Amino acid sequence: MRGLIPLIVFGVIAIALAIGLTNDPRRMEDMLIDQPFPEFSLPTLYEPETQHSKSDIQNQVSLINVFGSWCVTCIVEHPVLMNIAETETVRLIGHNWRDERDKAITWLARQGNPYDSIIFDPDSTLAISLGVTAAPETFITDKQGRIRYKHSGDITEKDWETVLKPLIESLQAE
Amino acid sequence: MRSFFSCLFVAFFLLGPSAFSQVNGAELDARAREIGQSLRCVVCQNQSIDESDAPLAQDMRKLVKKRLIAGDSNADVIAFMRETYGDYVLLKPPVQRNTYPLWGLPFLILIVGLTWFFISGSKKRSQTTDKEETSIK
Repeated sequence: MRGLIPLIVFGVIAIALAIGLTNDPRRMEDMLIDQPFPEFSLPTLYEPETQHSKSDIQNQVSLINVFGSWCVTCIVEHPVLMNIAETETVRLIGHNWRDERDKAITWLARQGNPYDSIIFDPDSTLAISLGVTAAPETFITDKQGRIRYKHSGDITEKDWETVLKPLIESLQAE
Repeated sequence: MRSFFSCLFVAFFLLGPSAFSQVNGAELDARAREIGQSLRCVVCQNQSIDESDAPLAQDMRKLVKKRLIAGDSNADVIAFMRETYGDYVLLKPPVQRNTYPLWGLPFLILIVGLTWFFISGSKKRSQTTDKEETSIK
């Protein structure tokens, strides 16, 4: 019995470390799921005088995509967004984060613009309210303007087909 | 030319890169820094937003300051950040139900260790004869 004690202690430590090591430190709890989209007032990318606000997010299911011309993974993700725009299943809102207006406009001219409208957020005002940590990041909101889903990193075709599209369709049917 | 460069040199130091360098009430700055030191930079894992150079940390510093100027208390600002980023944004984990093991474990280990130490020590003492005790110096 006494000989088993070190073995048990080792087992406990090993299990604790195993749990610690398999935790992804980048995965954060999503605080905002089922919370209303934060209040904001920011200009649109193409028209600095026009303000975007929370009311633009409401009334229909929207996909809000955080992007920037400085973001490499966004280039990888972009064709997927272009395809989503073509299918017209959902309103696409771009959240242009920490970018310069002319750079963003040039980038979209080159890559194509999938978005129905774009929020220009150079100082992370909305990004911090949304708990954004890196681009690209995608939020899906329901008709009441509540955040129902958050996707960190780029959306792949598979993500779209298996997760996002079914979710959007079920939210539209609500 | 030389004076131009020395002016540039001085200006460079006067306009430091920190978001706190805009002089706007020393007390406010101190509070902003205090909050900044307790908030984790969410993109760089283990730095506070006060010491991080990450762009997002800079924006968070600006926002902390903006909220202080708007009249928020320190606790208000921290609560706001916690609302969006969760407990993760706090560098020092709060004492609450899901962190009891984290805070309690060191003390538990200490108690178990001390108990074990005294029990085994008293056992040894009762076993040793006088002869052995004198030989152990």
